[in-house]
Amino acid sequence: MMEERKGFSAMLHDRVIPVGTILLVILVLWYGFAIFLNAPFERDQAARANTTISTSQLIANTMVQERPVLPAPHQVAAEIRKTVFDISPTSKRSLIYHGGVTLSSTLLGFAFGTLLGILLAIAIVHSRTLDKSLMPWIITSQTVPILAIAPMIIVVLNAVNITGLLPKAMISTYLSFFPVAVGMVKGLRSPEIMHLDLMRTYNASKAQVFWKLRWPASMPYLFTSMKIAVAISLVGAIVGELPTGAVAGIGARLLAGSYYGQTVQIWAALIAAALMAAILVSLIGIISTLVNRRMGVRS
Amino acid sequence: MTVVALRPKAKIMADAAPKNVIDVKDLSLVFQTNDGPVNALSNINLAVNSGEFVSFIGPSGCGKTTLLRVIADLEQPTSGSISVNGMTPSQAREKRAYGYVFQAAALYPWRTIGGNISLPLEVMGIPKEERKARIAKNLELVNLAGFDKKFPWQLSGGMQQRASIARALSFDPDMLLMDEPFGALDEIVRDHLNEQLLKLWAKTQKTVIFVTHSIPEAVFLSTKIVVMSPRPGRIHEIIDCNLGSERTLDIRETPEFLEIAHRVREGLRHGHSYDEAHL
Ligand SMILES: Nc1ncnc2c1ncn2[C@@H]1O[C@H](COP(=O)(O)OP(=O)(O)OP(=O)(O)O)[C@@H](O)[C@H]1O
Ligand SMILES: [Mg+2]
Repeated sequence: MMEERKGFSAMLHDRVIPVGTILLVILVLWYGFAIFLNAPFERDQAARANTTISTSQLIANTMVQERPVLPAPHQVAAEIRKTVFDISPTSKRSLIYHGGVTLSSTLLGFAFGTLLGILLAIAIVHSRTLDKSLMPWIITSQTVPILAIAPMIIVVLNAVNITGLLPKAMISTYLSFFPVAVGMVKGLRSPEIMHLDLMRTYNASKAQVFWKLRWPASMPYLFTSMKIAVAISLVGAIVGELPTGAVAGIGARLLAGSYYGQTVQIWAALIAAALMAAILVSLIGIISTLVNRRMGVRS
Repeated sequence: MTVVALRPKAKIMADAAPKNVIDVKDLSLVFQTNDGPVNALSNINLAVNSGEFVSFIGPSGCGKTTLLRVIADLEQPTSGSISVNGMTPSQAREKRAYGYVFQAAALYPWRTIGGNISLPLEVMGIPKEERKARIAKNLELVNLAGFDKKFPWQLSGGMQQRASIARALSFDPDMLLMDEPFGALDEIVRDHLNEQLLKLWAKTQKTVIFVTHSIPEAVFLSTKIVVMSPRPGRIHEIIDCNLGSERTLDIRETPEFLEIAHRVREGLRHGHSYDEAHL
């Protein structure tokens, strides 16, 4: 009981208070900007109708516009509530439906990207030639702007009848393999010389050195890079939904919202994407903590 | 069974003609560094027979670790020759001729103490049941029974070092290469482990090469003390030292012991003044 309370108050101090404070600041700023940015429209309306508008009325009006420049937080919250809870998840208007579409290509692309990154890192660490030849290309791959490449990948793959999940997942893969490859090269090279020497005295094979030393030593690097990778996988999936005028996904939702000037819908989709990213990153954080505990990392 | 049958025979053979296990001739090693070449070893000549306990003693930086690493095939000599068990060091290493105890414990932090001792056994393909038995036996030997589930950071530095000795012993190599294994321990534990090591050595007839900074430790343990001097790392003197196989720590008060210790100290001092003359 004592322990629990201690844990709770520690959590309150470590997490809830700082995070809550920042959230509050963001909300206040958001309302401020919403009023500021939406006010001109209200003044125009008043001018056109040849009436004057009191400040309090103006402020009240800026928060309930149909198509605000910047929707107020509660408008976005209402939109999210409507599209998440009130609409059946199978409906095309449900945010759950669109989120699910984006999530599936995010996860597929992330899985491929992580695998590819790890395989590349293994190859690079075990071969000098590959280290010299592959690394520059890996770095170059990331200097090409994804916004330029994404439409081409989608269009080209569409032309050969690969549509739907896979092309989007490939963009996620393209983005996410990079941090994993770079992180894992570092991680697989992280063992101390003495730890490597020890394996040498046992005449261990390369495979044994890998599984018993390099791989476990690289775990902290793997999880750090996977956190980055999953977040940009999500970005990749959304970017992949933009160019084709995709019919489903968070990206499609953003696009449709901007066609019809549905700013509330856009912001709802953005917040949903941000929440998804936060949840994915936290999930990896939790897995990492579990693995750390098994590996005896002192907490 | 076969092992038991072979032991006496091996002993008879050893008695008949001592088998040479390490033979170093005119060996030199130069490290190429950014600040120019470093002569770590120069003109080393050394022969070690099977079952000997040989200590390397000398000031810091005189090349003790380097010589040990050359024997272990962790470092390549620049010139001269060396054989281990009649083979090149690399062949001997491939045959797992030795267990190496590093100057630091070098335990894998993600493995428990038991898991660390299990490491060489896993690499060498020893089955699980056997591994368990050996972990228990060797932890017992270094007084760490019951610590097998702990992670290295939960142990003191001295306990970690003892675990690393258990790890080197776990696969029962014929030769032990130990780089200041007891350097970080307090006097009492050190005395205790010295006795344990001596017992183990007397019982198993292993060849031990042992690096130390401590004169009493070297005299107490060794059959041969190699006094080294620095820059360039060379052997100053080799002192024979056999105080009988049934020694206890009390022997350190005897005149024979003090006499050898004195000779080692003189040797070290000489090595140093030689060094100063050259500077
Ligand atoms: N990998 C290396 N590269 C360059 N120089 C080295 C290397 N290893 C050792 N040396 C140098 O070789 C010399 C001998 O080093 P060594 O580690 O063998 O000394 P030591 O006798 O074991 O010393 P200590 O008692 O402090 O452990 C030192 O001058 C050291 O700086
Ligand atoms: Mg040393």
